[in-house]
Amino acid sequence: MLNNRQLILGHFWLAFALFTVALVLGAWQMWVRSPLLPWVSDPELYYRAVTAHGTVMAYVLPTLVAMGFGYAISQAALQQSLIGVRWAWLGLILVAVGSVMAVIPVALGRASVLYTFYPPLVGSAFYYIGVVLAVVGSWIWVALLSVNLYAWKREHPGAPVPFAMFAIVAGAYLWAWTSVGAALELLFQIIPAAVGLTSTIDAGLSRVYFSWTLHAIVYFWLIPTYIAFYTIFPRAIGGKLYSDTMGRIAFILFLVVAMPIGIHHTFADPQIGAGFKFIHSAFTALVSLPTLLTVFTICASAEIAGRLHGGRGPFGWIAALPWGNPIMLATALSFVMLGFGGAGGLINMSYQLNTSIHNTQWITGHFHLIFGGAIVIMYFAIAYDLWPHLTGRALPREGLMRLQLWLWTVGMIITTFPWHYVGILGMPRRMAYYDYSNPLLAAQAPWVDISTVGALIILISGLLFIFILVEGHRGSAIDVSKYQFSTAVHPPVALPGALNGLGLWVALMIGLTVTNYGFPIVELLARTGVAVPAVYVGSQP
Amino acid sequence: MNDEHISSEPTASQELVWRLSSIGITGLLVILTAAVGLILLPLLQRDVTYSSLWDAICSAAGVRQLSADEPAIAPAFKTSQAVLTSDMFRNPGAQSIGRGATLGQRCAICHGPSGVSRADSPNLAGQYAAVIYKELLDFRSGARVNSVMSPFAEGLSDQDIADLAAYYAYLPRLPGFHPPTQTSIPRIVINGAPMRGIASCGSCHGGLDNKLGSPWLEQQPEPYIQSQLQAFASRERHNDIGQQMRNIARQMTPEEMADAARYYASQPFSSSTQ
Repeated sequence: MLNNRQLILGHFWLAFALFTVALVLGAWQMWVRSPLLPWVSDPELYYRAVTAHGTVMAYVLPTLVAMGFGYAISQAALQQSLIGVRWAWLGLILVAVGSVMAVIPVALGRASVLYTFYPPLVGSAFYYIGVVLAVVGSWIWVALLSVNLYAWKREHPGAPVPFAMFAIVAGAYLWAWTSVGAALELLFQIIPAAVGLTSTIDAGLSRVYFSWTLHAIVYFWLIPTYIAFYTIFPRAIGGKLYSDTMGRIAFILFLVVAMPIGIHHTFADPQIGAGFKFIHSAFTALVSLPTLLTVFTICASAEIAGRLHGGRGPFGWIAALPWGNPIMLATALSFVMLGFGGAGGLINMSYQLNTSIHNTQWITGHFHLIFGGAIVIMYFAIAYDLWPHLTGRALPREGLMRLQLWLWTVGMIITTFPWHYVGILGMPRRMAYYDYSNPLLAAQAPWVDISTVGALIILISGLLFIFILVEGHRGSAIDVSKYQFSTAVHPPVALPGALNGLGLWVALMIGLTVTNYGFPIVELLARTGVAVPAVYVGSQP
Repeated sequence: MNDEHISSEPTASQELVWRLSSIGITGLLVILTAAVGLILLPLLQRDVTYSSLWDAICSAAGVRQLSADEPAIAPAFKTSQAVLTSDMFRNPGAQSIGRGATLGQRCAICHGPSGVSRADSPNLAGQYAAVIYKELLDFRSGARVNSVMSPFAEGLSDQDIADLAAYYAYLPRLPGFHPPTQTSIPRIVINGAPMRGIASCGSCHGGLDNKLGSPWLEQQPEPYIQSQLQAFASRERHNDIGQQMRNIARQMTPEEMADAARYYASQPFSSSTQ
């Protein structure tokens, strides 16, 4: 039951159109700062491109995919028409207007602050207000999902909430709360300086506010991916979900422990006490639990499918899996990238090990592998799976899809593995220019060349993805059956309230934010004399 | 998981168990991690001694501690106290510019009657107001010392300095100056030298970006630029607030200093510094 197809398609197309632009910029960045090309001599152009790439890829793409997928889930899982369709359109328009408003000053060189803002750098107020508008648009989505779930629960008292809906609402609540950190930073520190009300910024406090957003936003990005693992993958390969309960617990854990861990991004910041860095590091270790649970559950679900397809023995079921199926392939490739990326993440979260790779290209490699690789490849899978239901037309080019998914994975690995390596060699991130003629850097040059080739492969894969989707609008019309999610081996009949609602977990999430962030923020707010003059990007003295 | 086999309605006591156990586990984790992070780990540090347990906890929690026993080490020279914000010099009044013009007469002997020097002193015509303001403040306070400039600056009031800054910023830059054209831009100017921590000159002095308090350098006298780089390198000049010019100049070779000075002295104004 997908009634509001235009709404969902609108979200996906806006997301993928901006994604294409950002992808081209990303490949350009790899190209110009590689040894393959003489230096363009203007770091400003490079930082403009990085800002636009990061803003689109980190804020706009995942938010729009989560929103579009969320509306699809709300209708298909709850089997009820969407309440608040006009509000949903308003939300989409706000994200669209906000994105354009943010990107224009970036293109004009008035907001080359990177998507993480880097106070005391201050760019054009329009950039920040654009970001805020986009976030407000996504808050409408959070409210609508909540309203739709509430209405369904009133109609079905005591019935188990469909898993997909439970999971996406958990993600929505996580987003609503985690975006508060960046909102505090923008509203109380950066925007007042950008519009001229203040001329100083407490950079330390701003960075703590941003860390509030910075890690949980990563889990918001991966929520659609994990939902696809649990609710699309087992059905698509002709199997069943191994455990509905395990899935709920994984999402509950994401909701509770993704939030109070962001200070592991600021291990090198002097304004935060070492004790709180340890506490956040310890909680970061916990957030690997839901991923490990998910890997177990999804592999078990794959085994069920493999055995249903006639696989025998300890490994025979693997060969019996439908490897030609794009969803099967995407999930397997996503797991490979998740494995490598996750292993790197364990190094980043360790207070001690982090020291050797902090602020190096290792980090850039890490988040491109995890987000660009493991997470975004499942965005492709979600689009491939939903497209026929949204367009009413077949998406028959499975071979092309497989090629696209393989190219994406190979490109990501060729790009990010050398990045990790040069990071260990000490190559700093966020630099526009590297002097490869210097003998100390010359050894890194071939690795940077290789990663540039990877970026090119990624770009080709991304364009292929767009081509497949566009072609999907022109395919032969088919009579699509009802959109369905995976069913569990033991579908829930009656669930304890704790596994059927999110109130308790939201309360714990807020509670942990208070315990882990309360003191550092209050202490920084109480400090005086630590604000520094804002540095205005592109301003004339 | 056993819960999947629950077929009867969950009871109120089950709900309570979920609630209490989840809150309990979370609370225990908070207490455990806090105890390790805020108490145990600081006490295990061998190279730091704390006066009390409370002192250790405060330190681990990030409370700013001022070591009251040791006074801050004062530098052997005066440091710049100038504070600049980008809106300080917007729209100076005509009166301020006029007063600055009168005061500027005593500067003319070195800096030229129209702010263009014939004595290898810096050209002030059209220089950023923030730059004139900061340097005069520093000459007055002793943060920057020059046998000629220091006595001139001594008697200036805050208003005098603001007026002089407004006046020189108002003057048009170097008309009819035809420097020899230069073909290549030195690498130090365009790229800096990242491996030695040198940002490109253009990232603060115009061309790529302008930073508040940094002068434009085009057509400044070559000996002046070179002597200032040498003064920064030897720390004889030390009024750059973040030590940025001392750090850069110290890492520059004499050839790079000469290249940069020659380049800027012969360079027409770039569009970004107009």
